[in-house]
Amino acid sequence: MGFFDAFKLSRLKEGLAKTRENLFGKISRLVKGRTKIDEEFLEELEQILISADVGVPTTLKIVEAISARAKKERYTSEQELDAMLRDEIQKLMRDAREVTVVDFDAQLPKKPYVIMIVGVNGVGKTTSIGKMAHNYKSAGKKVLIAAADTFRAAATEQLEIWAERAGVPIVSQGQGVDPSAVVFDAVSSAIAKDVDVVLVDTAGRLHNKTHLMEELAKIKRVMKKKLPDAPNEVLLVLDGSTGQNALNQAKEFTKAVDVTGLILTKLDGTAKGGVVIAISNELNIPVKYIGVGEKIDDLQLFNRQKFVEALFE
Amino acid sequence: MFESLSDKLDSALKKLSGQARINEVNVGNALRDIKRALLDADVNYAVTKNFIEQVRKKALGAEVIKSVSPSQMIVKIVFDELKEMMGGEQVDLNLKTNRIPAVIMVAGLQGAGKTTFVAKLALHLKKRGRNPLLIAADVYRPAAIDQLKTLGAQIEVPVFAIEEKDAIKTAKQGIEYAKQNARDIAIIDTAGRLQIDEEMMQEAETLKKMFNPEEILFVVDAMIGQEAVNTAKTFNERLDFDGVVLTKMDGDTRGGAALSIKTVVNKPIKFVSSGEKVDDLDIFYPDRMAQRILGMGDIVSFVERAQERLDLKKSEELQKKLLQNEFDLNDFYAQIQEIKKMGSLQSLVSMIPGMSKMIPADQINEKEMKRVEAIISSMTKEERRNPDVINGSRRARIAKGSGTSVQEVNSLLKQFAEMKKMMKSLTKLDKAGRRITADNIPIERLAARR
Repeated sequence: MGFFDAFKLSRLKEGLAKTRENLFGKISRLVKGRTKIDEEFLEELEQILISADVGVPTTLKIVEAISARAKKERYTSEQELDAMLRDEIQKLMRDAREVTVVDFDAQLPKKPYVIMIVGVNGVGKTTSIGKMAHNYKSAGKKVLIAAADTFRAAATEQLEIWAERAGVPIVSQGQGVDPSAVVFDAVSSAIAKDVDVVLVDTAGRLHNKTHLMEELAKIKRVMKKKLPDAPNEVLLVLDGSTGQNALNQAKEFTKAVDVTGLILTKLDGTAKGGVVIAISNELNIPVKYIGVGEKIDDLQLFNRQKFVEALFE
Repeated sequence: MFESLSDKLDSALKKLSGQARINEVNVGNALRDIKRALLDADVNYAVTKNFIEQVRKKALGAEVIKSVSPSQMIVKIVFDELKEMMGGEQVDLNLKTNRIPAVIMVAGLQGAGKTTFVAKLALHLKKRGRNPLLIAADVYRPAAIDQLKTLGAQIEVPVFAIEEKDAIKTAKQGIEYAKQNARDIAIIDTAGRLQIDEEMMQEAETLKKMFNPEEILFVVDAMIGQEAVNTAKTFNERLDFDGVVLTKMDGDTRGGAALSIKTVVNKPIKFVSSGEKVDDLDIFYPDRMAQRILGMGDIVSFVERAQERLDLKKSEELQKKLLQNEFDLNDFYAQIQEIKKMGSLQSLVSMIPGMSKMIPADQINEKEMKRVEAIISSMTKEERRNPDVINGSRRARIAKGSGTSVQEVNSLLKQFAEMKKMMKSLTKLDKAGRRITADNIPIERLAARR
């Protein structure tokens, strides 16, 4: 093998590495070889964003911002365009760290710290609670779960299994009782037993059902009677494959119980959950966690940068 | 109140400027709005693009009926197309078999609502004299079996489950149990699975291969976004399902996924499910779904009403008069009667997007409409034909006759004069060779001049 062969081989490797990089994400493919932002680029960007469920208004906003900025700044390299794209999208999303304690092992500002979990049917509320309980417990906190989904058949049983897996106690009164009563009991018990974190599971409800939204508001009111600061957080769970309806969900749940953060679930498939950009931007609600599987440790802190990267994958 | 008449004027002017048919110019804006509406409804991007192209081809050259604008007409065309795409005949469950039990299998993503749906389906079949058995083959989700058992007890349908966490064994023994216990339909509730979860997809394939279900239903949450296409496609490739079930239809989602799925896999939508009560199962109505997705059902019904109710001959006469600038209060009065036929002013205005922005609801006054009618009714024929003859004493008489004041009579006459001026300027513009279409009619500029 001569000198030139070795040379070629290294070139080949280099080439392969480049290909790999290219395949890494649509974002780099999108900006690859671009010397100017043209119609084709903007249309491709639009398609990627809409296909990730970002929604038309937010997509147009991003596309316009990019084309305006490109006109002003005259980017010169792919890297700059790449950075510009990420920057513009990330800018629309609020960072959860600005508003709340994110890490499970961090000191919580109140004790007991009550987190209420809400959402429409089938988004993964109970599973998310199981995972959160596990994480708080692993971080050395004393956790209590309140089984306030007293409506759905076997919801309590499902939650009990998760509580057992996480090794945390649960307050439940079975199917059909008033959920507010369960929560009142749970909060009282948490105060008595010096619990750090109370996780309140609520029944799934469609946001356009007024009486059910009122029931949720009532749970919150009753909780406050025992603990004026509670709930310290209200997390809305959104299914990652949900489309633009998620925006309505966020609006209505916020109206009823003042949502403070989002949990975006089922991101282990190919769904992108882009609609949270619109939610974060319009309602100023940050994403706190993402769910990426059915195992107990499949809950991650939300990372804006990674999220934006995944949008383009 | 004069603004609401501008619609009628629009259509007249559209005739004048040769917009009686849909052409490249007037189709553009309307299709852009429709594309946006479909994407907002979560119809897949590629599906939307193709659909819009098809409609563009279909719509070109179509005749625009009087009293509606080309864009309204296009919405109607889109609606009809949507309805047709989603529709076809209602397809029943495929249960004509001698095998006992007939097997129905449901599959879908996690949280789509499979378990609730199978209970509803069992009740639906029971009400039709069948003897279903529910088989709890979701052995993964904690308490899924308990959930099915609870629902089964509610509807008094037996539920088969085994201790062992094995979906295939469960199904096999369940079907055997059905055979021995005179259950003629076995409904297998499977676990939710992601279409990229190879192991789980294989399990579903095995279930299909082993038990050869008469009917496989793909259950999908109506709120699903762009992902609907990937999911439906893969499930169909692996299972070749027979029908689709849309769940959570009692939410406020527009349900564009229905169109995406229909386009990609071309399988009938067999049921829609709404509500958590076990009897909330509905058959699928393509026209309702089309309206929901398009979100422009108001325009559709507006066009339909216009088609039905407006007197075409009268419209034509009016257009002629407009052209010759002979429009008088008699015609105006006739116009009011025509519009009244189509329902209340408020509902008419609210039906036309953009219109309600131009005329806030609190400014539409049905009473004022009546007052205008009364004033005109109190005029003589001569006065209506030539308002210039209405002097002070005539005004006082008209006011008395209509139970209004001289000021109100004055203001009506003034507005009418303005309107005539406006129409004159429009016809002038037209003669000068400027294109005036229903879309570019300078309403705002004209309104500002008033």
